[in-house]
Amino acid sequence: MSICMPAMDAAIIARRDEIASRLRAIVPGEAVISDPTGLRPYESDGLTAYRQMPLVVVLPETVEQVSRVMAWCHEHNVKVVPRGSGTSLSGGALPLGDAVLLGMGKFKRILDIDYEDRIAVVQPGVTNLAITKAVEHAGLYYAPDPSSQIACSIGGNVAENSGGVHCLKYGLTTNNVLGVEMVLADGQIIRFGGRALDGPGFDLLGLVVGSEGLIGVVTEVTVRLLPKPQTARALLIGFDTVEEAGACVAAVIAGGIIPAGMEMMDRPAIHAADAFVGAGYPLNVEALLIVELDGVAAECDHLIGEVERIAGENGARSIRVSKSEDERNLFWAGRKAAFPAVGRLAPDYYCMDGTIPRRQLSIVLQRMADLSDHYGLGVANVFHAGDGNLHPLILYDANKPGELARAEKFGNDILRLCVKVGGVLTGEHGVGVEKRDLMPEMFSEADLRQQQRIKCVFDPDLRLNPGKVFPTLHRCAELGRMHVHRGQLPYPDLPRF
Amino acid sequence: MTSPTVLKPTSDSDLCAIVADAADGGRKLALRGGGSKDRVGRSCADAIVVDMSGLSGVVDYDPAELVLSVRAGTRWVEIDELLVANGQMLAFEPWDAAPLFDTRPGLTTVGGIVGSGLSGSQRLTQGAVRDHLLGFTAVSGRGERFVAGAKVVKNVTGYDLPKVMAGSWGRLAALTEITLKVLPRPATSLTVVARGLSPRRAWQAMASLLGSDAEVAAAAHLPAGALGGASITAVRVQGFAPSVEARCEMIEAVEAGDARFRRVGEDDAAAIWGALRTMSPLRRDGPLWRVSLPARHAPDFLDAIKAADGDWLMDWAGGLIWYSGLGAGADVRAEAQRQGGHAMLFRDTPNTSSLAVFHPLDPAVAAIEERLRRAFDPAGVFETGRF
Repeated sequence: MSICMPAMDAAIIARRDEIASRLRAIVPGEAVISDPTGLRPYESDGLTAYRQMPLVVVLPETVEQVSRVMAWCHEHNVKVVPRGSGTSLSGGALPLGDAVLLGMGKFKRILDIDYEDRIAVVQPGVTNLAITKAVEHAGLYYAPDPSSQIACSIGGNVAENSGGVHCLKYGLTTNNVLGVEMVLADGQIIRFGGRALDGPGFDLLGLVVGSEGLIGVVTEVTVRLLPKPQTARALLIGFDTVEEAGACVAAVIAGGIIPAGMEMMDRPAIHAADAFVGAGYPLNVEALLIVELDGVAAECDHLIGEVERIAGENGARSIRVSKSEDERNLFWAGRKAAFPAVGRLAPDYYCMDGTIPRRQLSIVLQRMADLSDHYGLGVANVFHAGDGNLHPLILYDANKPGELARAEKFGNDILRLCVKVGGVLTGEHGVGVEKRDLMPEMFSEADLRQQQRIKCVFDPDLRLNPGKVFPTLHRCAELGRMHVHRGQLPYPDLPRF
Repeated sequence: MTSPTVLKPTSDSDLCAIVADAADGGRKLALRGGGSKDRVGRSCADAIVVDMSGLSGVVDYDPAELVLSVRAGTRWVEIDELLVANGQMLAFEPWDAAPLFDTRPGLTTVGGIVGSGLSGSQRLTQGAVRDHLLGFTAVSGRGERFVAGAKVVKNVTGYDLPKVMAGSWGRLAALTEITLKVLPRPATSLTVVARGLSPRRAWQAMASLLGSDAEVAAAAHLPAGALGGASITAVRVQGFAPSVEARCEMIEAVEAGDARFRRVGEDDAAAIWGALRTMSPLRRDGPLWRVSLPARHAPDFLDAIKAADGDWLMDWAGGLIWYSGLGAGADVRAEAQRQGGHAMLFRDTPNTSSLAVFHPLDPAVAAIEERLRRAFDPAGVFETGRF
């Protein structure tokens, strides 16, 4: 691991057995794990380049247990790392050697469904896809669809503000959640939002979503459901250049069309995906767009025609329109399998997640090709083209000395580039540990201090998920002090991790 | 009564100095955009007014990126013109509160719209201000300039501070620059109406359409007499013409007891949605309540407060009720809470002056709010007592 985490507290580690037995008094049976074999499955999340065995794993089943575990840890100075399904791609659930890993996987119940007001109340361990499965018989679904939706939990989605291929039209998690119940670092159980479209007071719910497990542990989630669109059809459009594909995307948006999904793949990704699933992608193009339209049949028919016309005007080399659900699913099969497909090109890959203003696409891709040469590592690009969210996949071999470090440097350079052209470090995967040290590329010290003061509102002792998101840990007492002099705040520079 | 001191910063650094001075001197600052919502909440005679209209103008607008950045004091009407010219809109449907207070319309600013967090009828399906606020620059109560969010439509980097700034009513920090997500303006919009439904039947009919393929953009119910004649249950269908036509036919074909929807002409549609923006059917001499609650409880709420005696409008398919009655209103708030909602006293009258403007919070949440305010504004510079 090439990232520094907070120094471990040897005194806490020495108390492992005692801590485990205290936690067993709260959560009985096998739900407290402290033996090395049992801990092993929890040593990393979806970002497998980083591993760390937790001190103890605890798997509560009730809100009261969560509250008592948090209260006990608070009282005894023990840090806590929350975990949903462990699919984070930014290391959000990476354990700490001196922290309790609080797994929410046993919170599996769907508590209530209001079909008329189109609302579901679920426990946080319910998977994203399970919500849709529970309501699809009534023609409803839960819109955000991260590619890990079969495994990722709704609690984790709330923590990470997860997106998906359809979020340009239907929004991220934050736009589809109405309320949460959560347990704060001191064990207090609290609710933000509810079943109404807004709550009283400040929008604390909005702060909770995307807070990456740093301000509380979500124990219940209320989500909005949408009617499943009557039809969906997709176009597969090939271009000779990335520039033409980018111009086509801009022209579709300028034409007043917000597609349900608009994905782009570059040549390496196209070839890898097609070889993997036989999607029938054109192999003689530099860029491929999948554009999906949904709604009533009249809407799809009209917009398919419009997008075909726009694609033609922007130099499309090939255009195919799906004629059946099978064909539409085949168009998507390659894109959805892009990560494992690229995984066959090299022993390991590292998935990045920056967002850029779309007008910068060709500059960014050109610069990325230069970086690929510089680092001697391949890169394939899949791209949520509608909203400018890039997923460069850097190819490397962790068994070759120095390749992981080179891949990380390459990735960091890509993210710096995203920020430099007016974009951001992460569009949907979160900061976690992965992009933590890059935060100063995007935010000034003043910006980061203001964000950290929010952390202090909820967790003044900084015990919840430490070492994530913020590159420097200021003590809350420091941040709370008022040293205003013409807007200058003289803070001692605390050491970085 | 002396008129309050007014300061008009023309740069972020001006504003930083103003705030830092106020913090040093223990003074209060009342942020003011166009003044359209001056009369929301109580007057705060001791506060220095900071007129934000000097921070005005478009910073960046690239329609194809779906992103618009403006200075906070920019008038909404100017932005609306710019967006219309580019075939775009703010999908949360901002509105001007001036008609509610009989003040001059057209002055409301983008900062005021974001600060109040008030969205219009389309909020039901398109999201609220908070869902479209991508990023901002602001000056905190420390007199410190900071940014949060970003200028791209998809971003999860750092805490989502835009969410708490939307609807913060000037109590956390002074917004200086605002970045909003913009969306294509629908090519066609049609309104279909059923007449004579009770609030309960209206809620059922609207819920049923919202769960259907009709892809309704907005749904509202106006009681009998609001626009003369029977009650009106209206849904708006918008998008590309062939799709709008197909969806309207779908709605008109629904046989649901007494709920028969028929499309209305442009003038009728404008009158209905205009009434929901200006609250023109509501009496002007009573307190005005904004009640947000789960849509299915709207009919019970109206029954419980005997709303038939007063004036009300139902938007967001039941999720939002504007109520103007003559009573002291304590029952409005209690009943809103009983139904899982909350009530804001949007327009005050002498007999409601003992009530809090915002719905009282659960003590645990109130304690977090208090710490949140101190996190942005340790000296209480923006704590004017208005709310």
